[in-house]
Amino acid sequence: MKTRYSYGGDEHIFVEMDEEMSLDAFFKSLAMSNAARDAEIEGVREICPANASFQVRYDPDVIAPEDMMARLKEFEKTAITAEKRLETRIIEVPVFYQDPWTHDCVMRFRERHQDPGGTDLEYAARINGYDSVEAFIEAHHAAPWFVSMVGFVSGLPFLYQLVGREKQIQVPKYLKPRTDTPKQTVGYGGCFSCIYSVRGAGGYQMFGITPLTIFDADQKVSYLRDFMVFFKPGDIVKWKPIDRAEYDRILAAVEGGTYQPRIASVTFDLEEFNGDIDGTNAKLMEALNDV
Amino acid sequence: MTFEVIKPGLLTTIQDLGRPGYFHLGIPEGGAMDRAALRIANMLVGNPEDAAGLEAVFMGPELKFNDDAVIAITGAEMPVFLDGEARSGWASFPVRAGQTLKFGFLKTGARIYIAIAGGIDTPPALGSRSTYPIGALGGFEGRALAAGDVVPVGTPATDTPARTLDQSLLLQLPKPVELRVLPGLYWHRLTEASQAQFFDDEWKVAPEADRMGYRFRGGNPVEFVEREQPFGAGSDPSNIVDGCYSYGSIQIPGGTEPIVLHRDAVSGGGYFTIGAIISADMDLIGQLQPNTTVRFRQVDMPAALNARHARSARLEKIRSALR
Repeated sequence: MKTRYSYGGDEHIFVEMDEEMSLDAFFKSLAMSNAARDAEIEGVREICPANASFQVRYDPDVIAPEDMMARLKEFEKTAITAEKRLETRIIEVPVFYQDPWTHDCVMRFRERHQDPGGTDLEYAARINGYDSVEAFIEAHHAAPWFVSMVGFVSGLPFLYQLVGREKQIQVPKYLKPRTDTPKQTVGYGGCFSCIYSVRGAGGYQMFGITPLTIFDADQKVSYLRDFMVFFKPGDIVKWKPIDRAEYDRILAAVEGGTYQPRIASVTFDLEEFNGDIDGTNAKLMEALNDV
Repeated sequence: MTFEVIKPGLLTTIQDLGRPGYFHLGIPEGGAMDRAALRIANMLVGNPEDAAGLEAVFMGPELKFNDDAVIAITGAEMPVFLDGEARSGWASFPVRAGQTLKFGFLKTGARIYIAIAGGIDTPPALGSRSTYPIGALGGFEGRALAAGDVVPVGTPATDTPARTLDQSLLLQLPKPVELRVLPGLYWHRLTEASQAQFFDDEWKVAPEADRMGYRFRGGNPVEFVEREQPFGAGSDPSNIVDGCYSYGSIQIPGGTEPIVLHRDAVSGGGYFTIGAIISADMDLIGQLQPNTTVRFRQVDMPAALNARHARSARLEKIRSALR
């Protein structure tokens, strides 16, 4: 891992932990961005953590760019020794794979895809070496996922699968981004899954849809009354495959204001995870049984 | 105090100076594309500079005032009519209850700003009245104005004297338009020849130019330094592991058409960026029409800061002239 610092115009500094995605890079970025936030540096306007990088927006009339840069570099030492451990939560997110709405969208934008003859799932299954779409879907939801970034638009989570690199699914983004994506589509690009929080443009492959609202500006959804955005970095997600009947039932409950997602408090320790991936995942998922 | 929208124009939204603090959740700062124009419109009617006004792109709205008001129009050059009589931009003027404000065809620039003494008084969302339609946040019910909307206006603090901005203080659109760029971020992904070519090329504003970003075309496709794509980035050489985007940053998806992210920027994504437009030139982008010829010019940090200070000094001069 080699940390790289760059100015983004005169108001931003971008810090990249690594060109590659890894949980080590995520934890280092988290530690550095937390240290930067805790330091309450005068002139800092926003701190945005990402998968393997973070960005600080500052006012150069208050703090000179080179001083801001020097302050940020100091936090790298702290980050190396920081505990790679998070008190967080695991959330069960129901997914209706191969649903009719994303399927319709998949077909509408076929000419922008690498493989216009098939579906996004067929393509992703094939290039990742799975015999069938069913086996691929099984791999997508078998192990839990880690929210490594929130952004793009309106609380969209990027999720990284908690498996060894040899088991990671990788797919390219669409050749040319779509102008439409159904709200709450479960997408995939690079090594990341995502949930489209709102309807709109998108370039990730489309696998399914969740009935859970994850962004609500009006904060009417029962579990979004405290804040309009559901996910935060560090959340752990377990996809639960559901069928049409279950999808309809949950959607009605969300819209009726009665739905409560299954959520349990957990601790995630990166060293423990790296030492025993399957055991750590089993423990994380067991926590959901008590809900 | 209210006004009614008779015709909304093409896209008219309520904007103030934005809602910083939520970019880490994908909610952009937003606010007026041309910040100085909104500030000056507010100064002209005696509002705080961050009061909410209207931003209309390419086409003015038609508004009927239900109460007496004092208003000012700034930004793009567009004829202004009050009950059919011409009025000047960059000056405040009174409007009586029942009168209708209309606009002629756009002459230069892209966006007009309408400030009303007292400021637009829709409920703020996350500390701002700026409209962010993608998140259905702020403005009038989270969306652009539509015919029949009745928009609330606050009570002006004091009597508002008529004010006119001295023409010599107006900023003219430079020709040809130059946008100054501080190279950085993933600039090293381009070959040296391609770096030079980017600044030599002449670009045109593409039709896909909105509050989220301005796309440019007409220049040469860029060439990448060869590498094995990092794990998690995706296979195209323009792909990176999804990271944060700076306001004003320039991404070139697929290496062909640069996109400059503006006030309603997406907060991150998986395309490499080559640096960012300096803060002093962001307002200017908000006044560019599609097909405008643009060149990008390379500057260093001291030049970027000088331009930023010059811009602040100019605004300060206007502020004292209108005090």
